[in-house]
Amino acid sequence: MFSNEWQPTASLANLRQRAELLKSIRHFFESRSVMEVDTQILSHCAVSDPFIDSLSVEYRPHPNAEGQFLHLQTSPEYAMKRLLAAGSGDIYQLGKVFRNGEVGRRHNPEFTMLEWYRLGFSLHDLMDEVELLVSEQIPGLAWRRVAYRDLFLEVLGVDPFLASLAELQDACRQTIEAEFDDEDRDTWLNLLMSHLIEPQLCGAVFVHSYPPSQAALACVHPDPSGNMVSERFELYLDGLELANGYHELVNPQEQASRLSADQQQRAALGLPQRPLERRLVKALEHGLPECSGVALGVDRLLMRKLNVESIAEVIPFGFERV
Amino acid sequence: MANYSANQFKNGLKVMLDGDPCSMLDVEFVKPGKGQAFTRVKMRNLITGRVWERTFKSNESIESADVMDTDMEYLYSDGEMWHFMDTSTFEQVAADQNAIGDAAKWLKEQDKIMVTLWNGNPIAVTPPNFVELEVVETDPGVKGDTAQGGSKPATLSTGAIVRVPLFIEVGEKLRIDTRSGEYVSRA
Repeated sequence: MFSNEWQPTASLANLRQRAELLKSIRHFFESRSVMEVDTQILSHCAVSDPFIDSLSVEYRPHPNAEGQFLHLQTSPEYAMKRLLAAGSGDIYQLGKVFRNGEVGRRHNPEFTMLEWYRLGFSLHDLMDEVELLVSEQIPGLAWRRVAYRDLFLEVLGVDPFLASLAELQDACRQTIEAEFDDEDRDTWLNLLMSHLIEPQLCGAVFVHSYPPSQAALACVHPDPSGNMVSERFELYLDGLELANGYHELVNPQEQASRLSADQQQRAALGLPQRPLERRLVKALEHGLPECSGVALGVDRLLMRKLNVESIAEVIPFGFERV
Repeated sequence: MANYSANQFKNGLKVMLDGDPCSMLDVEFVKPGKGQAFTRVKMRNLITGRVWERTFKSNESIESADVMDTDMEYLYSDGEMWHFMDTSTFEQVAADQNAIGDAAKWLKEQDKIMVTLWNGNPIAVTPPNFVELEVVETDPGVKGDTAQGGSKPATLSTGAIVRVPLFIEVGEKLRIDTRSGEYVSRA
């Protein structure tokens, strides 16, 4: 029954394609004079996002000493921003990140992330560059950019900024069986997005201008119709979420308050409280240059390039076999 | 009964939903952008056979169902009920038409059959993937026609009707794939 367990989950042909992909990504940035960095995987602090759970490991000064918990990076974002504030200039990182509990056809708890930051780039400048990078790997894609609000109106006829909680729940329950209660509008928006909108996204689609409640670490500004929107995009390839980019928040007070808000939401939901990365606020106080940044799932890019449905088919060993 | 939380869901898990035992056919982890995770489950109601989808939040939990798949020997049918025996305990159970469903046409006495028990009562039976059954009625065989295509209906000892090659005769034993209902070979 376990006789095949030693074997890789990806074919060797796919692993050769993987090696080519990593090489050409490095070439892409070298040709643009973006410096590669490899920040530490271990941190004394953890990501604040309530819905991203860090893996924690025990560090001991000697084998019998009492340990202290350090956390594996869920993205190199905090560390890279500290480098940017220190004057690094344009940087990219290609490496492993870790997310607790995320296992599925499209998820592996350890995955390869490409993250990069470009000084002076607007969100649309960065989308242009993402489009170039992805097109080098997968030519011939149909590209589109659409605001989050317009997409909801187009597919569902629901205004995600104005609809009430009850209206969002109704929209969900017309087609999705979900019995749970939730007072958070974003839960219902995410349900509509993942169940009803994503499957309709053909080709390469940048969704941008998210509700401020989903800004994460992006700037927020009023759009032409006066709604506050966050300068954030997500890129989908045929409905598969591939990349998440921000025109980065540089205001330290706002950064501090978002960290605290995340921690309060964690407390309200009974989620673990972990040390917040206050050094990020210090870095912003010193001065984060105006920039845009994006994180892209390299394994998923390869999944689309090779047209396979499971992440285990593009990494040497899927989670069951590590 | 134990409870399972959504992050423990996996294919094949048996749970109680709205009073009926259900089996999880496909479990998909869904994690939108920065939002909370959902578990999207394709489920079969083991009583009605209905297949549908339901989405759970990761902190939801549901009660497990006391559902067991047991290998049993098929004994006989009395016309209304189908009788099975656990050959290790000699315990017998009787399944009704609802539980038997389409499997009836593949049941041959003394064959090993998988019987699904819920709280000890049969709710479904699954015949072996392949069964060997005798032809009781078909048009006369066409001599020499062993390679070319072409087929004809044949009635088997259980009453099932399958398409078979033209050369098959009454009295022959055939190997049938019960999942597709198709002829495989002579037995």
